[in-house]
Amino acid sequence: MITGILAFVALASFFGLVLGLSAVIFKVESSPVVDQIDALLPQTQCGQCSFAGCHQYAQAIASGDAPINKCPPGGDNLIQSLADLLDVEALPLDETEAAHSGPIVAVIIEDTCIGCTLCIQACPVDAILGAAKQMHTVIESECTGCELCVAPCPVDCIEMIPIKQTISNWRWPEPQYHTNNQAASTIYTTLDQVLAENTQA
Amino acid sequence: MNAKQNNTIAQTMKETMYKLWSFPGGITLAGNKSQSNQETISTAKTPKQLIIPLSQHIGQPAEAVVKVGDKVLKGQLLAHANGAISAPIHASGSGIVSAIEEHAVPHPSGLVALCIIIDTDDYQQWFDCQPLLSDADTAEHSIHNLTHEQITTQIAQAGIVGLGGALFPSAAKLHTAEQKQTETLIINAAECEPYITCDDVLMRRRPEEVILGILLIKKVVGAKKCLIGIEDNKPEAYQALLAAISGYKLPNTEPQIEIIPVPARYPAGGEKQLIQVLTGKQVPSRGLPMDIGIICHNVTTAAAVYQAVYRGEPLISRIVTVTGGAVKHPQNIEVLIGTPIREVLDQVGVAYNKIEKVIMGGPMMGFSLPSIDVPVTKATNCLLISEQGELATPPPAMPCIRCARCSDSCPMSLLPQQMYWYAKARDLEKANAYNVFDCIECGCCSYACPSNIPLVQYFRYAKNEINNEQKERNKANIARERHEFRLERLEKAKQAKAEAARLRKEKLAKKKALDAKKAQQENDATPSDIDKKDTNDSADLIQEAIARAKVKKAQQQAQKKNTDNLTADQQRQIDEANERRNIE
Repeated sequence: MITGILAFVALASFFGLVLGLSAVIFKVESSPVVDQIDALLPQTQCGQCSFAGCHQYAQAIASGDAPINKCPPGGDNLIQSLADLLDVEALPLDETEAAHSGPIVAVIIEDTCIGCTLCIQACPVDAILGAAKQMHTVIESECTGCELCVAPCPVDCIEMIPIKQTISNWRWPEPQYHTNNQAASTIYTTLDQVLAENTQA
Repeated sequence: MNAKQNNTIAQTMKETMYKLWSFPGGITLAGNKSQSNQETISTAKTPKQLIIPLSQHIGQPAEAVVKVGDKVLKGQLLAHANGAISAPIHASGSGIVSAIEEHAVPHPSGLVALCIIIDTDDYQQWFDCQPLLSDADTAEHSIHNLTHEQITTQIAQAGIVGLGGALFPSAAKLHTAEQKQTETLIINAAECEPYITCDDVLMRRRPEEVILGILLIKKVVGAKKCLIGIEDNKPEAYQALLAAISGYKLPNTEPQIEIIPVPARYPAGGEKQLIQVLTGKQVPSRGLPMDIGIICHNVTTAAAVYQAVYRGEPLISRIVTVTGGAVKHPQNIEVLIGTPIREVLDQVGVAYNKIEKVIMGGPMMGFSLPSIDVPVTKATNCLLISEQGELATPPPAMPCIRCARCSDSCPMSLLPQQMYWYAKARDLEKANAYNVFDCIECGCCSYACPSNIPLVQYFRYAKNEINNEQKERNKANIARERHEFRLERLEKAKQAKAEAARLRKEKLAKKKALDAKKAQQENDATPSDIDKKDTNDSADLIQEAIARAKVKKAQQQAQKKNTDNLTADQQRQIDEANERRNIE
């Protein structure tokens, strides 16, 4: 019996050693869950979740300090994917935060800009170009629409405008399941109007 | 040609000995082609105003090279290709560029896009066209003498795009085919969609143009085999092509062109389906025909290539089928690109009060136009003007009963019922895993569905959403990189500042220490001397300053000479002035 006990003790200590050592050698620096959450977040760095940036919010979600419904730019789709990733219940978007309406970009009214550089310092993604006492401008393709530059501007020359819909960014609408006929009739209104004019004339 | 003759030709077409394969699924539809394919090709009038969109192809929109107010000739370059996958745009009539602005274009969204608008004149003078060949040249020799480069350049400059509906710039496609080994060139003359007959009449009326165009494409591609796939419901076109081809006896070393009738079953004219029927090979999932050594071009594209090489004319017009119940005389009409659709309808004769829908394209794959005040583009192959009840609007969709009629009819062997399920639940990852991107949007599944579910719309929507999600993900990744870089930069700046402050402090401390040490040393040596010297120095400085001040004062007093000898009256006035100044 002693041999048996000794054998198990030896085995246990061997595996314990292996596990202990591998935990030290293969230590993971940052939690991969944080990276996975961060990869889902929209990276607007807008701070509407009350954290400094998307990465901080991801950390907070991972550690259980923040709910998954604090990100207005991500919307319901983000909440759904976070719920899938973390295997938790999907919550409705936190309505206390400002409602997020479509993609927007910042535009500087260049006649009014005094070149104070405050917005440049506020931009989390370095999307504003300019120098002291020179006119500033927003690089539209890099702007995430976080609105962080609006508040610091002393002359209120930054406007948030919705991104214009063009043929290249137009998307097919989601088919309406039961109101199929209704959807169809709304599409044809314009043609109907045109033709109504024709028959009158 | 009478009906009996047609039947015999159709019979021979069916019996032609060529091994054919088949594609899965598909549906048999009423052709509805006889309404429009009887007449000759008429020509539409030049409209008062041409509206020419800058983006009539897949890829980057063309870049305008003309300004408002410029006078342009017919066929003149208006906008050049912008990048590798793009096509130039030409003036389809002579006149004056009156505007370069956003105008409604034929698109399911009904949105506007940048267009060049030309107010046409009465002369319709052509730009100096430079053809590579003329009709007088004998085909085989003259084409033989052209280089690949010459032909592809001519095609690229003529702005030719895939006219079968894909609108992919032809020159770019040929360029890729040239680099890869292409075994087979397939010319798509199937025209499987109901109502559309523009390819049919083109082959009937201008078969020589088609054959010469095919020879040119064949020359560039260097294919070992050349097959023309034509549906067996077009006996006249088949006959015309046969007659035309016999006029061009190719040397025996050259591969011959074979015209192969294929059974009429929708969508036999789909690129992947035609390839499968003619060669038995399947285009790999998400791949291109080029991956299996095949290149496919539409028959109308071939005719456009002929126009470019033999006439030097860019692609400024196309044959449009105008048909449907509300059209008085359904026909094929050659229309200048940029002609407003309303003017085409006016010319053809349409009962406006009977119209239900105006569809661009066929009933299966076309879309309803939100307005008829949009121009004809390179993509406009058919205008289907339906009357009430001609194309039944589907009744409201019912739940899916999983009857699998959709998957039975799918020519791509997909599982529409599953893809629909996931698209509806917005489970895009799953929809993608069920290969929604292999869907060719032919509409067979929606047609077959007994519950009237708009399946194709769901697949379009899913594809759109997946692409959009990918785009947003890429944008988010860039934003993350930029944010992280910014944080790093700020951190670095902070460190640099701290470092500089530390260094300054150190330097100051060092200096202080050094001074103290020096002072200590000197103090140790002769403390009384230094003190004395210091006091002496400062005493000297004070003395010097006092002396300077005295000199200055003396100078000032020396300057005050005009106030020296004043009368009593003057003195009084000065005193008064001084007093006033003091009060103020």
